[in-house]
Amino acid sequence: MIVAVASGKGGTGKTTVATSLALALGSRSQILDCDVEEPNCHILLKPEITESYPVNLPVPSVDKEKCSLCGKCGEVCQFSAIVLIGQTVLTFPELCHGCGACSILCPERAIQEVPRRLGVIEMGFVKDVEFVQGRIRIGEAMSPPLIREVKTRINKDKVAILDAPPGASCPVITTVKNSDFVIMVTEPTPFGLNDLEIAVEAIEDLGIPMGVVINRCDIGDSDSKDYCARKGLPLLMEIPNHRKIAEGYARGVPLVESMPEYVDKFLNMSDCILNNKH
Amino acid sequence: MKELAIISGKGGTGKTSLAACFAFLAESLVLADCDVDAADLHILTQPRIIHQEPFVGGKKALIAPDKCSQCGICLENCRYGAIKEVFEVDPVACEGCALCHYLCPESAITMEETLNGTWYISETRMGPMVHANLIPGEENSGKLVALVRNQAKVIAEERNIDMVIVDGAPGVGCPVISSITGVDHVVIVTEPTMSGLHDMKRAADLVRGFGTPISLVINKWDIHPGMAMEIEEYGKSSDIHLAGKIPYDRLVTDSMVRRRAVVEEDPGPASEAIVEVWKVINQHIYK
Repeated sequence: MIVAVASGKGGTGKTTVATSLALALGSRSQILDCDVEEPNCHILLKPEITESYPVNLPVPSVDKEKCSLCGKCGEVCQFSAIVLIGQTVLTFPELCHGCGACSILCPERAIQEVPRRLGVIEMGFVKDVEFVQGRIRIGEAMSPPLIREVKTRINKDKVAILDAPPGASCPVITTVKNSDFVIMVTEPTPFGLNDLEIAVEAIEDLGIPMGVVINRCDIGDSDSKDYCARKGLPLLMEIPNHRKIAEGYARGVPLVESMPEYVDKFLNMSDCILNNKH
Repeated sequence: MKELAIISGKGGTGKTSLAACFAFLAESLVLADCDVDAADLHILTQPRIIHQEPFVGGKKALIAPDKCSQCGICLENCRYGAIKEVFEVDPVACEGCALCHYLCPESAITMEETLNGTWYISETRMGPMVHANLIPGEENSGKLVALVRNQAKVIAEERNIDMVIVDGAPGVGCPVISSITGVDHVVIVTEPTMSGLHDMKRAADLVRGFGTPISLVINKWDIHPGMAMEIEEYGKSSDIHLAGKIPYDRLVTDSMVRRRAVVEEDPGPASEAIVEVWKVINQHIYK
């Protein structure tokens, strides 16, 4: 089963929930950090990394000897990553989406594809939980290809927990697509609710069932709870703003270690999700 | 005219809350909400929309079933898994590269313009604001961010306003890069946690690639003074100016619930610190 943890708003507690859920489930689970721009699961879990490899995107390199300056490459490229200017073909590798169109369609077969480094995949384990993370190269704009690579490491025999990035656009959709369930973590504030509504709308279109965790449930107002009730979104857990949890988090300690009484709560939540009791 | 971008790396550190405060404290500025897939600044500024336009960011492939001979060339060549076996395009996976359109021997595939969102020019009690909404799940956030910034600069020039403040998205990817390219100054807002420090370092590395000066703000610093100190030390060792530290203050959330910036309300620990931070940032920008 694949369970994604998303939010809309940043900083609501996705990584807190994802890591504690994985620790509570233990050997039954696998955690995959899909927030490749700012992966934080490793800070709370401190995994032993046993394998890592680079991930690249193929971008064009033009053989000037073979190039007839026909300009077809620039004509077909939808991303302005390759263009004929005067007597030269210029490439802008950072704009390239790696689709291969220029190379495949070049009548002179003058375009090779060379790698642009996207980032790295790192794998290992923490206690008996399998761990996977992607980390994007600073300066790389496109996270979806690296997120897709992280997801190729999903172990279908485990409960694969995907820690999603914040927001509601393509990196989040790439992460949650094909999940069996999405846990939406929010905070009970106007920003939290606004972004939750946007993210729920994005994920609804994918037809994936969702449930909500309200983190720091005692800090704002009750509008988020009312929204969940109106939308028929199951409220899976409410976590108060415990100083112990905040201090633990600041020092890189997972919630279920700062407050072990939460292990049972996370197991109950996973029971609801895995057995479709929501 | 100076353009200042507020980013963080880590989400939830207080970028938007601070952007609204700075807008209130400044004599005149233009706000640009560039967190286009989860925009929140409007909640504190109550914009009155005076102009809006649709944003078409890219195209998606569409297969005409009556022309399709099911040869499978599109499916074989699509690198995004966007062609389903029944020869339909999955619009969520489609990146609009048009390779299938060019390869199709039956000319059965057209590229359709996609509405990705809407952008707005508004008036607020804190000055003009340019903002946008990406349709949930859509792409091309970088392009929409660039558009919002350009419009904000046009307004600043038209009205002789000295500053544009860009409220950025979390992370270090496409919308953030688009928010900081060519700005005069970047403010990084962080929190005193290990994740905050880790993410702030990555954000700082990104900005350093552009050579843009950075001011650092440590928000809610007193929830972990030890981590706050570590972040301060990192700043010192990396030539990042500390603009100030803001204490944790319930009033920030309480005023958000009332749809106000905390500096608009009765003075408190956070609002007093924010006033000082704004003064220091201005000194950094104009020195």
